[in-house]
Amino acid sequence: MEMNTVTKRSTVLQKDYQLTSLRIFKKGLLYIVLILGAIAMLLPFLWMISTSLKNQGATMVFPPQFIPDHATFQNYKDVTGAFPMLHFLGNSLLVAVLTTLGQLLLCSMAAYAFARMQFWGRDKLFLLYLATMMVPAQVTMIPQFILMKNFGWLDTYQALIVPGLFSVFGTFLLRQAFLSIPKELEEAAFMDGANHFSIFWRVIMPLSKPTLATLGIFSFMQSWNNYLWPLIVINDKSFATLPLGLSLLQGRWETNWNMMMAGVVISVLPILAVYLFAQKYFIQGMTMSGMKE
Amino acid sequence: MVGMTKKKTAFWVAVFLLPNLIGFLTFIVFPLLSSLAISFTNWDLISTMEFVGIDNYKHLIADKEFWAAFTHTITFIIGYLPLVMIFGLACALLLNRKLKLRAFFRAAYFLPVVTSWVAVSLVWKWLFNPSYGLINYFLSFVGIEGLNWLQDESLAMPAIIITSVWKDIGFVMVLFLGGLQNISTSYYEAADIDGANSWKKFWNITLPLLTPTTFFVTIISLINSFQVFDQVMIMTEGGPGGATNVLVQNIYNHAFRYFEMGYASAMSWILFIVIFVITLIQMKMQKRWAD
Repeated sequence: MEMNTVTKRSTVLQKDYQLTSLRIFKKGLLYIVLILGAIAMLLPFLWMISTSLKNQGATMVFPPQFIPDHATFQNYKDVTGAFPMLHFLGNSLLVAVLTTLGQLLLCSMAAYAFARMQFWGRDKLFLLYLATMMVPAQVTMIPQFILMKNFGWLDTYQALIVPGLFSVFGTFLLRQAFLSIPKELEEAAFMDGANHFSIFWRVIMPLSKPTLATLGIFSFMQSWNNYLWPLIVINDKSFATLPLGLSLLQGRWETNWNMMMAGVVISVLPILAVYLFAQKYFIQGMTMSGMKE
Repeated sequence: MVGMTKKKTAFWVAVFLLPNLIGFLTFIVFPLLSSLAISFTNWDLISTMEFVGIDNYKHLIADKEFWAAFTHTITFIIGYLPLVMIFGLACALLLNRKLKLRAFFRAAYFLPVVTSWVAVSLVWKWLFNPSYGLINYFLSFVGIEGLNWLQDESLAMPAIIITSVWKDIGFVMVLFLGGLQNISTSYYEAADIDGANSWKKFWNITLPLLTPTTFFVTIISLINSFQVFDQVMIMTEGGPGGATNVLVQNIYNHAFRYFEMGYASAMSWILFIVIFVITLIQMKMQKRWAD
């Protein structure tokens, strides 16, 4: 009788033990898959950094060296000295910052009008805004280019900034955010004699900070990474932004992969730094937009 | 008094709306309409514009290069779309549970998404280098040697597909994570009581309830992949021998290399029509799920 319970207990224990070891095995497998995935995602970045620290000879060895024998910053000196990589960086910063700030202001003002003001044809006009969202950029790019040409804006900063200020997506996103703010707050302020501008600036905008941050990060990234538009409107390389500058670098040092990777690192680091600090907003922006570049 | 308020309102509407509206009409609506108009002309930007009716569109239907570009785009989509969806969904499923280092993994998988296409394309061009590239080095372990990736007509498109899948996995993952978080845990609790295993739970709960998300992600990725350009322009410029000449590369060439503005515009409208049809399907399906 007593023997029986002991054996029973031990089989139960054994089963328990088997279950936990199965669970540990599964968990281990999960981590292995995740780590392999992370290696696949990170290896190109590490390879980029490693190559950027090599001299040209070290890039042309087989098997490849993962950690360079003689790490050097010479490539960084060359792409910023003999090549205007820092100038491109400056151009990118200027264009991305002005585009983002301008977009936030222009979109939030229009969004306020659509969300809070009564005027003739408002809903139809907003529908027209929405309808243009499905138009691919390639359709409007040719007439936009001709417009820039007629304005005399080819090879100017205006061409890189102004057409990008009027984001329909941004207007749409902010209108949604403004509509979700209860009206009672403003009604009280109106009673106290506040006008639309102070309501907009003192009530609506501060309450919409998360949406503004999301949109801001998103348009900064879009502007920073944009290639096609600068490619079309910029011929004079003193106005080139980083993506265009990188393609120029490719034309200049086609086979010097160490130089090219140094250029790529310079172009990637700022946006990665912003990403690490504002990860949440990046992910929100991408999710809400459902579109990329 | 009433007149005054009306005037006042009109003033504020003008202040808030006009700056955006003027830009919207100038840089979006006007180009959209003129693009359609230009597509009915022959114009090289220098000589006078010549109205040719629907000649450009007739021409397109007989243009082998255009159909080749269309086919290359479809080839890209057939390779890219299933891979990016499967990997993106797999990452989302793996990272939708409580794990150590979850934040690290999510950040790592999302890293390529924030990097520019030009930077990614250059890095991968280097990885695909036939003599010193890392990919051929790894392949040499399994006895495959000397692949000429971007210079080989049959390998250039697969190389572009691999690069694009790698860059977009994180994007698809994030969209799926959003969908997964909308599935109520009560379904899983009920399944646990019935003793269902994780495979069954995936097929009978997760996948069916994820259908709207899956559909949304498919549509978005489909629309984006019809517009594939940056990676092609940097990695192959449509080569070798036109093997990766996709629709937008073709539009770019005709507009900004041969200055055939009318012909290029007509092509862009074909692209627009394709995307428009996809969007219509999406709207219809979304309505069905909303009901």
